[in-house]
This record gives sequence, structure tokens and C-alpha cells, in this order.
Amino acid sequence: MLELISHYPLAAALLALVGMGAVFGALLGYADVRFRTEGDPIADQINNLLPQTQCGQCGYPGCRPYAEAIAGGEAINKCPPGGESTIADLADLLDVEALPLDQEHGEEKVKAVAYIREPECIGCTKCIQACPVDAILGAAKQMHTVIVSECTGCDLCVDPCPVDCIDMIPQAQGLHSWRWPLPDPVSSVAAIIATDSNRGQAA
Amino acid sequence: MRTVFRFHGGIHPSENKQQSLQTPIEFAGIPPELVIPLSQHVGAPASSVVAIGERVLKGQMIAESTGYISLPLHAPTSGTITAIEDRTIPHPSGYKAPCLIIATDGEDEWQTTRCEPNYQDLTPAELVQLLRDAGVAGMGGAGFPTAVKLSINPDVHIETLVINGTECEPYITADDALMRERGAQIIEGARILSYIINPARTLIGVEDNKPEGIASLRYAARDTGIDIVAVPTRYPSGGEKQLIEILTNKQVPSGGLPADIGVMCQNLGTTVAIHDAVIKGRPLISRITTVTGRSLDQPQNFEVLLGTPLRFLLSRAGYQGSTNNKLIIGGPMMGFTVPNADVPVVKTCNCLLAPTENELPSPPPAKACIRCGQCAEVCPASLLPQQLFWFAQGNEHEKLERHNLFDCIECGSCSWVCPSHIPLVQYYRAAKADIVLHRENHLKSEHARGRFEFRQARIAREVHEKQTRREARRQAALAHNNDSGSITSPSTDPVQAAIARAKARKAGQQKPRSEPESS
Repeated sequence: MLELISHYPLAAALLALVGMGAVFGALLGYADVRFRTEGDPIADQINNLLPQTQCGQCGYPGCRPYAEAIAGGEAINKCPPGGESTIADLADLLDVEALPLDQEHGEEKVKAVAYIREPECIGCTKCIQACPVDAILGAAKQMHTVIVSECTGCDLCVDPCPVDCIDMIPQAQGLHSWRWPLPDPVSSVAAIIATDSNRGQAA
Repeated sequence: MRTVFRFHGGIHPSENKQQSLQTPIEFAGIPPELVIPLSQHVGAPASSVVAIGERVLKGQMIAESTGYISLPLHAPTSGTITAIEDRTIPHPSGYKAPCLIIATDGEDEWQTTRCEPNYQDLTPAELVQLLRDAGVAGMGGAGFPTAVKLSINPDVHIETLVINGTECEPYITADDALMRERGAQIIEGARILSYIINPARTLIGVEDNKPEGIASLRYAARDTGIDIVAVPTRYPSGGEKQLIEILTNKQVPSGGLPADIGVMCQNLGTTVAIHDAVIKGRPLISRITTVTGRSLDQPQNFEVLLGTPLRFLLSRAGYQGSTNNKLIIGGPMMGFTVPNADVPVVKTCNCLLAPTENELPSPPPAKACIRCGQCAEVCPASLLPQQLFWFAQGNEHEKLERHNLFDCIECGSCSWVCPSHIPLVQYYRAAKADIVLHRENHLKSEHARGRFEFRQARIAREVHEKQTRREARRQAALAHNNDSGSITSPSTDPVQAAIARAKARKAGQQKPRSEPESS
């Protein structure tokens, strides 16, 4: 065997390389079948960051299609409900520059929930069919109402309503939603660490 | 003498405690109107169980708890419910929230309540339920319901019970006054606590700037095995994690609870509330509040009915409104300003501070960070405040979390030493809130996605079911046609027969009707 190799070094090397190629090729082929990932993992990650309102303001029929489009190279600044924070998250994930929100697709608004003026509702079920998250309760010729906790504020129910009885009401600032604001960099009136400038003259 | 350890950092702000300790605790009196916010502390707001116009007696439950982390409220004195409406509450937002308004009648008539002087006859679980029904909340900081804190996992053994009597924040002397005057009640409350959680040892940590309090407690605690430990005066030794480190030399792990290292910490004021609830059957309807500041003629500690408007308290202490520039609830380090004096006292108000402009001047505008590193030296949580400040300005949430922003106890030491007067704590509070909001939004969008995907699946299933039904019908019709061709004759098919009958009847009806038309 060794003699053969030393006699035909070129052929032996060739054989070895071809053999290795065949083995690794088979391994890779097996791994491709065995460890195949279903779907597009990048699109999944992008979809996780999108606000899931399914509002279609980006021009795609839902968040998932837009996520797939971003994975394919679409701009990341077409999602008004997500706003600046979603753009920042996407830029972070994809390692691209964060762009300002594309005004063509709408502005970032205060989160709102749909409200059906119930006396005016005729029970046509058109809004129920439009709601992507089943947040509207009702039946044909019965009054409809919105489950506030499930509403994502996507506006999709407003257009189909034949009697225009749906309002989008911005969510009220309550105790629960109150957050400490960032301090104003110019005047620090809000600063409550009140003794800080007192220590020079303190007793 | 027990060895005490030290925690990282800390500062020595001027104490200003003597002003309010010149006189004993005094009952503040019954104001004409009490304002009881339904939301007094962390957790779900209580839900009112009284009607407008109803007469309530002192100690009567007027609002019930609405969840696990929620507590009932009791009428602090007898009177009539005049309204349930939105009033400004003591909260940094200055928002209005639902409150019960009681017009007091001055009779202070008690409802009969349940007291358990022989509490050893009850099981710990029954005592915890009693404390929950009495509305006892932590009297030191956020007002976490005591019953929830005591309902620990039975697998966790609490080695050390720590009663926090450090009261490290300047100006506040409410706990000091309690120690001087109600040492026996504190010790009795601590014994009830140790009966409930059965620790190996009970320690009461008190800063060594309260020698009278320490002496009073040591006298009350003789022969009880409860150890009164004098700890060096250094702000913020009263932070839960800091005090635990001082007393046990163990650090609570980042993001963990004291129970993880076998320690439970309770505030000293809470032990008195526990004593009152169990032994006297008195629900949490009043508390000790320090009313102090140079805008007052007689700063002192008051026993205040919950719901007493600050205005009433201030007038009892000789308030000089012209010299005062802001009202602070809590101390100067961790307190917050309130928009007006109509705000009521709630379970967590340990101090009302009415300083003069000279006493607590408004801080000058912030300058740039010069990277001196003093903030990192004083940080009791061993964080890197200047780094956090940098990331908070840039909204870099991931880096903030990696630098353990959530271990910040918001004590304000970093801002206090900052030579550039940067309101560092404000940045951390805002950044924390921002991160929490971000997390909540993410959870919401996950929820919405779940619902959307479920809907998609449901619609697909419905379409599929419709198709299978249609297919089944088509097959059935085909089979039927084949069958009817071979076996059944049209005359015996009931459907065909019915159609034929209907046609015949129609024809019969049309004839007589056509006659008058033609004539």
C-alpha cells in the first residue's frame, strides 16, 4: 500500500482529495436534510420585533410579509405603529443604520384603541371580519363592541364600517401608564435630589 | 457585640433630624374631611364597597382588595361617605385618581374588630390572613403588602429576620420616635413576625445616631433573644440589600430577593402596624409621619389618620407658606414633590418636608460629566453611574441591562456627589421605565401575534371544513342520482312528490284568481 503511494504520488493525492470530497459532501448532504430549518429564521426574528398590528401601513398585507420583505432587503423605516423604537431595534438586529420613519407610510401616533358608538352600530359584522386579532365581539344584527385589552389600534376596522360609528380613542395617561420623564438637559427643575447644592452651606 | 460589616460606597448628608425630635409623638387630630385614595401603594387599587351617603365606623372596611398584590382599606374614623371621585394623590406624577371622601363626624366611633392577644393559638397562615384583612403594608418604601411578603415558598427557610430601623434618610424621624416611645410594641410586633416565619435569629438594625432609640429597644427586648444592632450612620444603610450586607456580610444576588440568601427584611414601622393589627385588632388606619422643614414653626412627629390632607397637618405644625417653595413627601434624597397641599397622607408617607428655598435650594443647571468617578465610589450597589448615564442618554437598553441598571436602588448618592449637578437618578428612573415599557410592548405584540396566527389558522380550518362538506355533499348527490336512476321511482321520492303537490296547488290557486281579472 505504502509502496503504491510512493510510486504514484500524484494519483494517490488525487484519490485522497476525491475521497475526502466525497465523504464531506455526503456529510454536508446529510446535515442539510437532517438539520434543515423550517422557514426563514431572519424573517422570524424581524417579525418578532414588529408590533403585530397587521395594519398594512407599510404597504404589505401584514407584519409577517413585511418581515420577509425586510429580510429580502426592504427599508426598515416603514412601520408607523412601531415608530422610532422598532426602527432602532431592527437597525440593531440587522446591523444597518437607523433611518427616520418614512412619512409616506404615516406618522407615529399615540397608541389608540377602537371604540364603537354602540347606539349607531347596525350589526353588519364588517368590522369583525376586518379585525386581525379578533378583538371585536358581536354577531349579525347584534350590537358589536371592542375588547379593549385585545385591540392593537391598527385602524383596520374604521374603513369597512358603513355607518362610521368607530372612533379611534387615544389611550388616556393614567397612573398605570405614567413613567418618570427624562430630565430636561437645560433646566433641572424636576431634580428632586434636593440637598445636592446645599452641601456647601450645610451645617 | 455583634460584628457589623460594611457595604460599598455611601455618603454623609447633613442629618437634620433633631428639629422634629424635640417633642413626643402627638395625635394630629381629626380633619373635617378625609381623602382615601383607592390606590395607596404598589399593586392593584382597592375597590370601594361603600355607597355615597353611607355612614362608616372607625375600622370598618370601606374598600376590598382586588387581587393577590392588593389590600383592603378601612375607615380611619367614623363619618359619612360624601363622594367617590378623582383627587390628586401623593404620587410623583401629580395625577388624580379615584378616592373615597369621608366627612368626619368627630365622634371617632369604633366598629368592633377582631383582636388576637394570644396569637400563638393561631396558625401562621391565619395570622398572615389577619394581616391581609387589616390592610398592613410595608411602611418604609413602596408599601408592598406585608401578607404577600410573608407568604414565602415553604421550601425556603428564613435564617435571619431583619427589622429595618436604620432610617438613614435625612430629616425623617418617624421610626426613631417609635423606638423611643413604643419600644415594647416594636418588640412584640417582631415576635409576632418571628412566630410567623420562624427564623433562627431576629436582628433589629438601627443607625448609631439614635442612641435613645437603641437604649429603649434594648430595654424592651431584654430576655427575648432579639438582637439590637447599632450600625454606623451612613446613607443609604437603610436600603434593604445594604442593611442585609451590613448585618450578615451576605449580598443579595443581582435580580434576586433576600429570601434567596435566607433573609427577610421588614420595616420597623411595619412591626408596630402588625402589633396593632394582631394584639389590638386595629387595622392600618393611621401612621407616624414626620412633619419637618424650616418653613414650620414646630416640626414634629404626628400620628396621622390616613387620608388627612397635608394642609391640615401643616397647619398643626405652624406652617409659614410664604417661605416654602415646595412640598416633599418622603425625605430629600428619595422623596418627590407634590403639586399642592390638598394631597392626603397614605400608608407610605413617612415624612412631609416643607423646606425654605435657602434650606433646599433648586439645583443649578447640569453641566457636562467630567468623568471624575465620584459617583462610582459612592454607589451602594457597586454600579458604574457615569457609564449608565451615558447609555441612558443614548437609549442603549441592552447595555444598560448588562450594566445592571435594575440593581440601582435610586438612592441618589451619585447625584448628591456629582460636581456637575447631573440629575443622574432621574436618568436611571426614566431609563428603567423605558425598558419596562419596551418589555410590556413586546409582550403585547407577542400576544397580538398569537391571536392573529390563531385567527389565520381558524379561517384556514373553516375554509377547509367548508370544502370537505361541499365535497361530501357532491359525493352524496352523485350517489343519490345513481341510486334514484336504478332503484327508486320518482313517484315514491317524498321530495319529488312534495314538489309535484305544490305545483298542483299553485295551478289550482291561479285559476280562480285569474277569473276576476279577466272579467
